[in-house]
Amino acid sequence: MSTTAAPARPARTTRATASRSATSGGYWPYLIPGAIAFLVVIVVPFAMNFYYSLTEWKGGLRPPKFIGADNYIALLGDANFWTSFKTSLAMIVAMVIIPTLLGLLLASVLFDYIGKKFDGKVATFLRATYYLPQVLPVAVAGVLWGWILNAETGALNVVLRAIGVADPPNWLGSVSTALPSVMAVMVWVQIGYPVVIFMSALERVDPELYEAAEIDGAGWLQRFRHITLPQIKPETFVIVLTCTIAALKVFGPIYVLTAGGPESSTLVPSYYSYLNFFPKSKVGYGAAIANVLTVLIIIVAVAITSLQNRSARREMEGR
Amino acid sequence: MAKTYVPNRHHQGRLRWVILAGAVVMAVVMLIPFGIMVMNAFKSPSDYSSHGPLTLPTEFYTQGLVTFVNRTNFPLKLWNSFFISSLVAVFAALLSVLNAFALGIGRVKGNMAIVTVFLLANMLPQEVLIYPLFKMAQAVHLDNTPWAVIIVFTVIQSAFGTYLLASVLGTFPRALLEAAALDGANRWRTLWQVVFPVVRPTVVVLMIFFFIWTWNEFFIPLVLLTTPDTQTVPIALASLQGDRLMDAPTTNAGSLLSIVPAVVFFLIFQRSLTRGITAGAVK
Repeated sequence: MSTTAAPARPARTTRATASRSATSGGYWPYLIPGAIAFLVVIVVPFAMNFYYSLTEWKGGLRPPKFIGADNYIALLGDANFWTSFKTSLAMIVAMVIIPTLLGLLLASVLFDYIGKKFDGKVATFLRATYYLPQVLPVAVAGVLWGWILNAETGALNVVLRAIGVADPPNWLGSVSTALPSVMAVMVWVQIGYPVVIFMSALERVDPELYEAAEIDGAGWLQRFRHITLPQIKPETFVIVLTCTIAALKVFGPIYVLTAGGPESSTLVPSYYSYLNFFPKSKVGYGAAIANVLTVLIIIVAVAITSLQNRSARREMEGR
Repeated sequence: MAKTYVPNRHHQGRLRWVILAGAVVMAVVMLIPFGIMVMNAFKSPSDYSSHGPLTLPTEFYTQGLVTFVNRTNFPLKLWNSFFISSLVAVFAALLSVLNAFALGIGRVKGNMAIVTVFLLANMLPQEVLIYPLFKMAQAVHLDNTPWAVIIVFTVIQSAFGTYLLASVLGTFPRALLEAAALDGANRWRTLWQVVFPVVRPTVVVLMIFFFIWTWNEFFIPLVLLTTPDTQTVPIALASLQGDRLMDAPTTNAGSLLSIVPAVVFFLIFQRSLTRGITAGAVK
């Protein structure tokens, strides 16, 4: 992400410079289709949604009624709204923190150990199995897990009863187990992504660095800490950024697994917004939730990106 | 990877098998849901209730598959998904190439800012666009048609494609462009005869990704496609949940059928996908 190459500036011939400056205006037509499409599908709806958030509207023929910031003020006192962001934190644990740590461990084991001690093919095969859930429609994964975790007929509880657990939990149906169950499913869905990225990051690291360190008598752990971790920092940032955004946006699995329940214990912002838009027909309120979520995502993205840039700059200066 | 580094530690045979076992156990955990899904897709409801989910079916029961296919009119759903995803892949790739040509090769004024805007658009939660899109589709009578979904995803996917291709084209050798200009090629010909052949592999990977991403999308199709005859595969499966017809074999048969296209696609394109995910990360 940070490696978008700065245009190299060799001494250009005057002819080339002249032709470039004379022609660069002529590239604008190529942006026109994209710009119109972007305006219609992103910019205008985004602006309209902002306007909706300042209104009270049932979405029908009666026009929206302007009420200023009332929806946002109402959000502040809405317990469900705060719950939904608490659930987002749980989603960050399940979709960012656990997958990143576990993914790094699995990728190092596959790359550093199994790929070398056994066969590259074994490592490639294992990587593919970890990645498989990532290619499924997430809603389909949700339906499959919804059945496995079903209290009455689900595979898990049928097995538990068969081995003598008299009263197995209602995994998705009780307040104490619903959120942890959804989190477990999300770890399963997410884990393959960091594994694949970290493995390619590890391949990129110059083997001579390790050789030099080993000659100096560094053990595996020391090499991991002082060579591997710093070297794969760019990829780590990318994983944290993309997974955090995905965690804040999560919708499909919640819709399919729990519909935000029981008692809002798995309610996430995107689902809460959808709930207000459609089933409840409180369009202005739904729009306000979506806007808050957008602002939060942009803040998080900017924060992670600037952390990354600062860390990259520090490294450059250190050298 | 010309040179691989071989550590001379951990020569003990036992440890290496323990670590392999750990990685394999993890793989098994990942695959268990698929395994029980396949086993139970071909099991009769009575077999399921008497023997549970972990046994092999006593007979090869296909009624679950038949029920699901008939109930959802599955071939139609498959076609809807295929039609939408293919067109999005083509249109979004085309739009990305045009945008990236102006931004990466043309370096039009403010190109960095424009790329940033595309990148930000990629991060937007779809909820912030959905209601206006829903109303706009109604206004132009595209609601509940595949075209509404195609147009929306063409733009959303091309936002990512533009970002990626623009940074790839930012490093395009200027000498090639100057040679083309000397030969009298105009910009349109330069794009298709000089630039496009060089980035074609990247564009192909992008199209594969656009196809899979669109195939897997849930929220926007859920809202914009309101009747069963226009719905896509994931929506069809999800909307059957809670239906009393959805006993264990039918649910599993449905999941299996819905997963097959994605898995087949994954197996065919595994290599270019892995390359693509990686390219997306480093760029």
